[in-house]
Amino acid sequence: MVVELFLDLRSQPCRALFIFAKKNNIPFEFKHVELLKGQHLSEEFGKVNVLKKVPALKDGAFTLAESTAILLYLSRKYNTPDHWYPSDTQKRARVDEYLSWHHTNIRSNAGKALWIKVLIPLFTGQTLPPEKLQEVMDELAISLKQFEEKFLQDKPFIVGSEISLADLMAIVELMQPIGVGCDIFEDRPKLSEWRNRVEEAVGKELFQEAHELILNIKELSNIQIDPQLKEHLAPVLRKMMK
Amino acid sequence: MVVELFLDLRSQPCRALFIFAKKNNIPFEFKHVELLKGQHLSEEFGKVNVLKKVPALKDGAFTLAESTAILLYLSRKFNTPDHWYPSDLQKRARVDEYLSWQHTTIREKGCKIFITKVLVPLVVGQPFSPEKLEEAVEELNSALKQFEEKFLQDKPFIVGNEISLADLVAIVELMQPVGCGCDIFENRPKLVEWRSRVEEAVGKELFQQAHEIMLNVKNMSTTQLPPELREHLKQLLKP
Repeated sequence: MVVELFLDLRSQPCRALFIFAKKNNIPFEFKHVELLKGQHLSEEFGKVNVLKKVPALKDGAFTLAESTAILLYLSRKYNTPDHWYPSDTQKRARVDEYLSWHHTNIRSNAGKALWIKVLIPLFTGQTLPPEKLQEVMDELAISLKQFEEKFLQDKPFIVGSEISLADLMAIVELMQPIGVGCDIFEDRPKLSEWRNRVEEAVGKELFQEAHELILNIKELSNIQIDPQLKEHLAPVLRKMMK
Repeated sequence: MVVELFLDLRSQPCRALFIFAKKNNIPFEFKHVELLKGQHLSEEFGKVNVLKKVPALKDGAFTLAESTAILLYLSRKFNTPDHWYPSDLQKRARVDEYLSWQHTTIREKGCKIFITKVLVPLVVGQPFSPEKLEEAVEELNSALKQFEEKFLQDKPFIVGNEISLADLVAIVELMQPVGCGCDIFENRPKLVEWRSRVEEAVGKELFQQAHEIMLNVKNMSTTQLPPELREHLKQLLKP
């Protein structure tokens, strides 16, 4: 029985998983959970992940949430090449260090531009003042500065000379604002070069395939919003709009 | 040369590290970085962790930030008992799952209570906002519900029969609101029982030792913050 990965490629961590599994020829069944149709809120999907979030994994009776956990599980089960999660204790620690810091820095900030520019208007019919976007981009800029100064420095990749899970988790987040016209790579030559190296290490075709949806996100403006989803998101939207 | 751990036991992740190292008899030098004196902002500490946060580790020339990373590093370097980070693939995945999820849920919301009730008043010199505290408590309540329903369920510990890094990281976070006078264990019998099991697995004396400063946090209200720290916190705590 093949592993099932529950994904929506509009979600950053889903893209990391998709790329990782494809790059490493890990056989899996792509179970599409369309977030914009509220499919993650279904009772059925709730049996796979009671937290009702993507990505999720189902391996026989075993279900698993959280992209970091799923990436590590797949890397171990399928014995992927060492560079993804190096066996060297100190290099491995560097990956762990990034994967931990990532949650409340890059991940918490990079996705907001999409919400402000596309999703909030889509769900509420309201556009937010430009200051809101500026605020969010300023916060992301702080995270990017720390990313460059502490994690990347002058190395080709976060851990050293080869791509690891750390670079993969970072890049998919940083592609999110690109889709809505916030090119965070512009004016950041070091980051830009790192991105090129990551794309090449992953394979440009696979990288493009994973990012096709998010890079065409403006097409969303014609979409029908699922009412249950709208209700579910109401508190989140209110908070973001404050 | 012994591993140096840069800690302030007012910080939840520092407590997890302290407990883990002591419990496993990992030899280390306790380097006190007093957050309330702004010692984490010093240039010297910046050489250990450029992010200027605790906890941090220094092992010879190797420095490391982020408690999860440090816990895993120590568990590997010192070959700690399997139950902390089980070699069984699926059990290990459960630990990873919790360690990932908790950043923006249990940790974030627990911190918010501490910040709202203790830190902000200290910085601005005014009493805490009851509305903001109520909001923070409600958010933690949601996270606790998910913790009990998804991660703990009816098991003795998060992974199963034995304590792991997941339980350790969880318990230190949940003690933070307790230290602020928000007893999140009240009316949550399942959580209380889990807490007792964790304290016993860790050792009650060690657990108390780690939490002593936090459980006496009322002593903080008379603390004078150095001006540089106050300014730094004002920026950080902007709503």
